[in-house]
Amino acid sequence: MSPASVTSQIDPASAVHDEVVPAGSAWTWRLTKGQTLRIFDMEGNQAVDTLFFNANDTSEHYSVAETIVAQRHLYLTAGTVLVSSEGNPMLTITADNCGRHDTLGGACAGESNQVRYALSTLPMHSCRDSFLLACAESPWGLTKRDLVSNINFFMNVPVTPEGRLSFEDGISGPGKFVDLRAEMDVIVLVSNCPQLNNPCNAYNPTPVRMLIWD
Amino acid sequence: MVETAGPVLQEVIPGARAWSMVIRRGYSLRLRDLEGGANCSALFYNAHNPLERYNMADTLKAQYTAYLTRGHVCYSDMGRILVSITEDTVGWHDTYCGVSRRAELEQRYGRADYQTHLNGFMRNGRELFLIELGKWGLGKRDLVANVNFFSKVSADAEGALSFQAGHSRVGDTVTMHAEMDTLVVLNTCPHRLDPTLQWTPRPVACEVLHVGETPAWDACRLSRAENARGYALTARHHCQCH
Repeated sequence: MSPASVTSQIDPASAVHDEVVPAGSAWTWRLTKGQTLRIFDMEGNQAVDTLFFNANDTSEHYSVAETIVAQRHLYLTAGTVLVSSEGNPMLTITADNCGRHDTLGGACAGESNQVRYALSTLPMHSCRDSFLLACAESPWGLTKRDLVSNINFFMNVPVTPEGRLSFEDGISGPGKFVDLRAEMDVIVLVSNCPQLNNPCNAYNPTPVRMLIWD
Repeated sequence: MVETAGPVLQEVIPGARAWSMVIRRGYSLRLRDLEGGANCSALFYNAHNPLERYNMADTLKAQYTAYLTRGHVCYSDMGRILVSITEDTVGWHDTYCGVSRRAELEQRYGRADYQTHLNGFMRNGRELFLIELGKWGLGKRDLVANVNFFSKVSADAEGALSFQAGHSRVGDTVTMHAEMDTLVVLNTCPHRLDPTLQWTPRPVACEVLHVGETPAWDACRLSRAENARGYALTARHHCQCH
């Protein structure tokens, strides 16, 4: 499963929903089984921190361990099935012209920024802040307890065979996208990442576009 | 670090069983592989507020590592250090494979339920964690990505995973020091990628030792600037009431 481009012929004009999510914002959506979500990197190298929950029982959530063990592979790309904490398929990546997405790097937070960069970075905006506000304002009763390890679409976090982890310039670019087909009714929780301390957004956080097809 | 006395607690967790205890700040927990080939899955929580818990991603990215060994620390999601790994004869502890599920065990080893096997029946890693977490009022929403002590799963350049058999040997130990009062939840179910076709869950010995506060010259504190800041944030935590 080396980085490979799997594109899609779906017509954006037929989307039932089309929305731009600015950097530093959260986005939530209830996706119905069978619908396809496209996350579109408009300007390139934009990390999109994403979690999924079973819409009918939010204690069932996306699981990094279940997903990578099921495919015996660390990175996500076309063909990857995103597996839940209960071992169920949640979504399938049906198209991906970027080739590789991270699921080890997690979401940035003010507190982890303090550890990683400087104690003074606490006030900088972070994905966890966006997640917490979206949880508080959502009708689904999500809280901090539900914030588990997430996916970072368009982010490149290679692990070497010696076990070293690095944060590399993204391999994404303007017009890269990933398509996800819902295998159950899912709640999508997204933070369009505002991180300015590392190259995950090329030091220039930019908007992404969300398209949904029935 | 130097132990000030013998262990205050010594116990053996049989294979495929669970264990939990609050390890107070200043105490260390040593795990020992008694037969070789053990796996010990672990979760860590702030004992006074389990909403704060071990965070795999923050632990890995702060230390630019995909595995854990001596000199590494386990971060909470609040930028604080729950435990530091002060001794390790194993060299690599898995951080990203999670725990086994019932269907995986049945597929590999067949069925062995209580009705037919009594105490020889098979418990999987997820059920063992849920049972032990339940004793503390915790449940599925608290079951986050865990550490698998004694197990090694590396990734090749493309990201393909491979489990290393025979990684941990008889008598290997790993010692973690509590930098905060930490609820430690363990289970000794075999690693889910261990290809052994026979059900041979291995026991792990636990020792709790009184060590005292981590000194300024401690290897985990000095191993990188990120950890120095992690210790500074943990010290701020200690000036608050619980």
